[in-house]
Amino acid sequence: MATVLETVGLEKRFGGLVATSDFNFKLEGGERHALIGPNGAGKTTLINQLTGVLPPTAGKVLLMGEDITHLRPDQRVRRGLARTFQINQLFLQLTPLETIALAVTERMGHGNSWWRPVGSRAGITDEVAEIAGRFHLGDVLGEKTISLPYGRQRLLEIAVAFAARPRVLLLDEPAAGVPESERHDILAAVAELPREVTVLLIEHDMDLVFSFAERITVMVNGAQLTAGTVDEVSHDPRVRAVYLGEADHG
Amino acid sequence: MTKSELNPAVANGLKARQRWHPAEVVFWLIAFSSYFLLPGKHLILNEIAILALFAISLDLILGYAGIVSLGHAAFLGFGAYAAALFAKHINPDPLIGLAFGTITTTLLGFITSFLVLRGNDLTRLMITLGVALLLNELANQLGWLTGGADGLQGVEMAPLLGMFRFDMFGRTAYAYSLITLFVMFLIARRISYSSFGLSLNAIRDNSLRASAIGIPVNRRLIAIYTIAASFAGVAGSLMAQTSQYASLDVLSFEKSADVMLVLVIGGAGYLYGGMIGAVVFKILQDWLSALTPQYWHFWIGLILVIIVLIGRERMSQGVAGIVASFKRKTPAAPGPAAKAEG
Amino acid sequence: MITVLFDGIAYGMLLFVLACGLSVTLGLMNFVNLAHGAFAMAGGYAAVVLSAHAGVPFLLALPVAFLVPAVIGAVLERTLYSQLYGRSHLDQVLFSIGLVFMAVSTAEYFMHSSKQFPVLPEYLKGRIEIFGIGMGVYRLFIIALCGILTLLLQGILVGTRFGSRLRAAVDDRRVASGLGINVGVIFLSTFAVGSGLAGLGGALAGEVVGLDPTFPLRYMIYFLIVVTVGGTTSITGPLIASLLLGIADVGGKYYVPALGGFIIYTFMIVVLLVRPQGLFTRGR
Ligand SMILES: Nc1ncnc2c1ncn2[C@@H]1O[C@H](COP(=O)(O)OP(=O)(O)O)[C@@H](O)[C@H]1O
Ligand SMILES: [Mg+2]
Repeated sequence: MATVLETVGLEKRFGGLVATSDFNFKLEGGERHALIGPNGAGKTTLINQLTGVLPPTAGKVLLMGEDITHLRPDQRVRRGLARTFQINQLFLQLTPLETIALAVTERMGHGNSWWRPVGSRAGITDEVAEIAGRFHLGDVLGEKTISLPYGRQRLLEIAVAFAARPRVLLLDEPAAGVPESERHDILAAVAELPREVTVLLIEHDMDLVFSFAERITVMVNGAQLTAGTVDEVSHDPRVRAVYLGEADHG
Repeated sequence: MTKSELNPAVANGLKARQRWHPAEVVFWLIAFSSYFLLPGKHLILNEIAILALFAISLDLILGYAGIVSLGHAAFLGFGAYAAALFAKHINPDPLIGLAFGTITTTLLGFITSFLVLRGNDLTRLMITLGVALLLNELANQLGWLTGGADGLQGVEMAPLLGMFRFDMFGRTAYAYSLITLFVMFLIARRISYSSFGLSLNAIRDNSLRASAIGIPVNRRLIAIYTIAASFAGVAGSLMAQTSQYASLDVLSFEKSADVMLVLVIGGAGYLYGGMIGAVVFKILQDWLSALTPQYWHFWIGLILVIIVLIGRERMSQGVAGIVASFKRKTPAAPGPAAKAEG
Repeated sequence: MITVLFDGIAYGMLLFVLACGLSVTLGLMNFVNLAHGAFAMAGGYAAVVLSAHAGVPFLLALPVAFLVPAVIGAVLERTLYSQLYGRSHLDQVLFSIGLVFMAVSTAEYFMHSSKQFPVLPEYLKGRIEIFGIGMGVYRLFIIALCGILTLLLQGILVGTRFGSRLRAAVDDRRVASGLGINVGVIFLSTFAVGSGLAGLGGALAGEVVGLDPTFPLRYMIYFLIVVTVGGTTSITGPLIASLLLGIADVGGKYYVPALGGFIIYTFMIVVLLVRPQGLFTRGR
């Protein structure tokens, strides 16, 4: 398997606080990778640097071997790197239909077209329908996003990232804040993501992480504590001490 | 629900977005019939049409893309002076002048668009205000060219299409402005339902997410700011041509503030708000200045204060709500049958 | 040359007193109060009415010029402004533009649209020579008075309990209210004092620039420049910005009158582009 996403010596400081320090990490094509670590470990900050929301203080980000450290977020998306946000970032005044159609149109490179109506192109309808079905949004397509229940908004959060047809999809706590009864829908949707998409999942629920991931990276205080297969990591005493111990009462 | 079941709903939903609603047709029928039904009012109707176009221009950046501007009159005024000077010194033909005023204003919009990319609402407010003041000062100082504080006089337009003279009752003027407004509206409408237009809404709602689905935010903002400037340039050109005059107050702060009020009255983000607001604003202005000639801005100020205190959304829902309630009747997406299943 | 510099400094000090209230409102309440100039105008007209129409000595009119807008400010803060603190900047701007329009028309109704000046006592008129430099006595008076006010303000901000609370509230409103600081009272008092200072500035400026109903509109951009260039985190920033602006404006109008307002507008735009958070603030 080829490495699709890689960081080299990535570092991010906020004033005196080191949120990411000398982070070296690799995602292999098609793998299911989990990134775990206690709150404040710097997981979201890492995603923000991978996707170009925050510029790193030092280090590089490579996507398919290309240095993308200085590209804008939208340029990275067009190269196949998409993400969801831990806190919903949606277009609240638009409908899921519009949101997904827009993401698909942008991916096809027609976002600039100011004359042809959305959806007047071949293929868009099919793809929007496919995505809406996959993420169980079919019955709320015409409602304003702001009026959707939270769980549906979380699904839309993934759907819109998926609509970019990414090679690498970064999921930042996709089920965060979702009531227990609705978690299943979201996690099932994540589990059913097509194999050609490489997935990095940030998640606190250990059972879920162990069932989903093939490899796990553990992050503590901005640094990589360890990385390896599920077996290796779950038996690592340091992980038990630092992370699992904390997770019990966190 | 499977993909094939959803397919028609998606197709319909996307198509329904841009379908003409009967209320829209009625709106334009009324607008065009006003030409015949209100023959004595062509002068004020002409002003309304121009103000409506100016408001549509502001709506494109404020309502669609979420860019606040305190100096949108910069483009109106620039277009007005450009068209007036062109008619006076180069060619008095209205349509050629309209093209000139529009193109030059578009250029100005493009250049200044880079200024609004940075910073938050507050910096944008001040930069747009600063640009408008700068132009105002420029027009004031270049008295040899613009007539300074006396305004630019001696503008004489040739007949429209070589046939229709601009008469003192505003008949030609109103027909000219109304048709131009309609054409510009069609363009704006087309833009608003395009993927470009939708991406502006996305940027307005959440620019972080917009860039995370691959939208080049700054480029889109530059584009719409430039387009909006050209709309204002058209409005300014019409204004100068139909009044055969341009003066400093087209660049004034009051003009920028008035158009904001127009949009606030009618509601931003659906194009009709600017036009409805323009009608209400002009009628109010006419009525208030008949009541207290010098002090009508007092009442305008009071209206602004009240609208904000009540809440703009609630306020414009009064107007927009009527339109929206019509719109909702055409299903925007899957109907109730689809709903029952989920 | 020195005289121009001197006039510029006097003008800058005036601008500072006029604008410092706005800087605090923006920093503390995150409120864009475009109507700030209306309070200045209220103070200015109070001084005009008292000194020119009622025969009250100018120096006695000054405290009234402070009090009138301060009271108006306090009332408006409680009744209207406080409702809009959490709202978008666009709403705040629309609201305060509305107030400006109302103030301008009201002034036109009661005070007519021609320029008016307060009546100065004889001892504030004329010029004196110090070290061979001719200086207007009134300008000197402005510099002295505004200088004292500035020191007083700085003293209050740095040296008193109220000042430290105010600074805490500017830094972080949530923290401040967490510390049991009554943010509402701080808002009210700063708003009132800021409006009062603006009024005092308006009264002092009356003699220099003349008062007419468009005063709030004409000087709006000056206040905004002071605030944007100077930032809102201290009073030294706005002070330096005011002085620079005053000197640039007076100097510009004296040496290159053709350029008029270009210099200052361009300066503001450039500053906003290069440093949106202001020239004299630490970057975030
Ligand atoms: N924009 C920012 N400015 C300053 N500090 C930040 C910023 N974003 C995150 N941090 C800090 O960086 C650390 C890591 O945060 P985060 O990446 O959100 O952690 P996680 O996602 O693992 O819970 C935290 O201490 C947080 O307070
Ligand atoms: Mg996080």
